[in-house]
Amino acid sequence: MNRHAILAIYRFEMSRTWRTLLQSIVSPVISTSLYFVVFGAAIGSRMARVDGVSYGAFIVPGLVMLSLLTQSIANASFGIYFPKFVGTIYEILSAPVSALEIVLGYVGAAASKSIILGLIILVTARLFVPFGVAHPVWMLGFLVLTAVTFSLFGFIIGIWADSFEKLNLVPLLVVTPLTFLGGSFYSIGMLPPFWRSVTLFNPVVYLVSGFRWSFFGVSDIGPGVSLGMTVMFLTVCLAIVFWIFKTGYRLKR
Amino acid sequence: MAGGTAAISIEGVTKVYPNGLVALQHVNLDIRAGEIFALLGPNGAGKTTLISIVCGIVNATSGRVLADGHDTVADYRAARRKIGLVPQELSTDAFETVWATVSFSRGLFGRRADPAHIEHVLRELSLWDKRHSKIITLSGGMKRRVMIAKALSHEPRILFLDEPTAGVDVELRRDMWDMMRRLRESGVTIVLTTHYIDEAEQMADRVGVIDRGRLIVVEEKAALMQKLGKTQLLVTLQHALPDVPDSLSPWRLELAAGGTELLYTYDGQAESNGISSLLRQLDLLGVEVKNLQTRQSSLEDIFVDLVHGRP
Ligand SMILES: Nc1ncnc2c1ncn2[C@@H]1O[C@H](COP(=O)(O)OP(=O)(O)OP(=O)(O)O)[C@@H](O)[C@H]1O
Ligand SMILES: [Mg+2]
Repeated sequence: MNRHAILAIYRFEMSRTWRTLLQSIVSPVISTSLYFVVFGAAIGSRMARVDGVSYGAFIVPGLVMLSLLTQSIANASFGIYFPKFVGTIYEILSAPVSALEIVLGYVGAAASKSIILGLIILVTARLFVPFGVAHPVWMLGFLVLTAVTFSLFGFIIGIWADSFEKLNLVPLLVVTPLTFLGGSFYSIGMLPPFWRSVTLFNPVVYLVSGFRWSFFGVSDIGPGVSLGMTVMFLTVCLAIVFWIFKTGYRLKR
Repeated sequence: MAGGTAAISIEGVTKVYPNGLVALQHVNLDIRAGEIFALLGPNGAGKTTLISIVCGIVNATSGRVLADGHDTVADYRAARRKIGLVPQELSTDAFETVWATVSFSRGLFGRRADPAHIEHVLRELSLWDKRHSKIITLSGGMKRRVMIAKALSHEPRILFLDEPTAGVDVELRRDMWDMMRRLRESGVTIVLTTHYIDEAEQMADRVGVIDRGRLIVVEEKAALMQKLGKTQLLVTLQHALPDVPDSLSPWRLELAAGGTELLYTYDGQAESNGISSLLRQLDLLGVEVKNLQTRQSSLEDIFVDLVHGRP
């Protein structure tokens, strides 16, 4: 194991975060605050309680997941796309590092960043609405697992993309709809039966549901199933990443 | 080279790009430990492709490469640790500082942080004063040196320099040559590509010429210049001659400059070159000589002959 290389990549990526602190941390915090002002305070005050939880508190886990997902994908895809774009990828390719080490460095950094971000958003949310965390260990578990899974997913997008347009395409066309339709702002129990079944094909539903359970102890889908689905998605992403490195897909000519 | 003493051993390497372009055709080449090897060839000959295959950036279609005896694919860790690469394209992390980017490279190659070594490298390349500068604020020549510093950060035993002096001013070029010599003295093997043939003539122990994906010559530089090089004597005459007198035919002279110059091409290494007898004969004929000049064909002449003389 080339520990020095993993650390070098990790530190390099994290230093990019500190350098771009404003985009990395501040803007998601501001947009989350806006969600709370609109959905939590303005609309939420007129909404009924969902599963015995006030609407303002109900949307907290979903909002955190929303940021976690988009930020993990954005961070990881940009992290690996950028060296390809400017050509500095030559150094990674010519270094004595394995695929696993590259992934640990890049995905580790992207995931760390979004975990920090998720926690900051939680704290921000707490300023707007009171809520507690029923199962903190599960909560952290879901946070980490989701961050890692979607950072891996972002890493794959970053390798696949050969233009900035493509880099934004998947998050825009796939991830945003999935998160909005993933029960961030409502309980899937509120949907008509047909749409409820359709929703079950959306992986985000499982993430949000499991995450919400760790806060309030109630959810649409049991935490075991949520965990299982998340791990499954993680495994798929891992398999794709290892296929990429094995074949040199879009990395080597 | 037999006995596994080659720093780099390229065995039957062929590269066909996905678009069908054959960039390298069955290239065999051994780079000896401790030498400076210059790889010459016109644009698109395949130099960068060959280097990229050795360094792991491009996959070979067939054949294999050993670096210090380690297969660059099967045993890539051991192989790559020995190699430093300065690619042809200038690509650096614009917003990082010089110090950060060079330290990053060392870590990436699996070496423990060593500020003293990084300082040594930066001083060697006259970058020490710029260590806290962001790379984007540096000039092109400085960026080139940053890339060299990155390649040297992990103390490689074999250094690939793909056109290191392209777009570099005369003074910096001389600095780089000095640096290469010092590296060689410390035992580093250097493979360099260049379009400045005088650079190869100055620096290289051996020269390889690659053309359209084929390695057409690999030779000691001195031997190459001896074997293929020509020496010429230019005799400027006081009065023009209408044509070469018959009695001068053994020297196979060429008449130039409207009859006022005689050009004699001879083997510079031969025991007797026939110059004194030629001069005696001219004197006998009453041809008045105004000036004498000799000139050796350069590596450049040889290179042009080699590449353009091929079908
Ligand atoms: N990624 C690629 N896909 C397809 N063809 C390529 C690719 N990279 C290089 N080539 C082709 O392979 C051939 C060799 O290119 P290479 O870059 O190795 O040449 P070179 O000798 O380094 O030239 P130069 O002196 O211009 O740097 C060229 O014909 C080039 O067009
Ligand atoms: Mg080239």
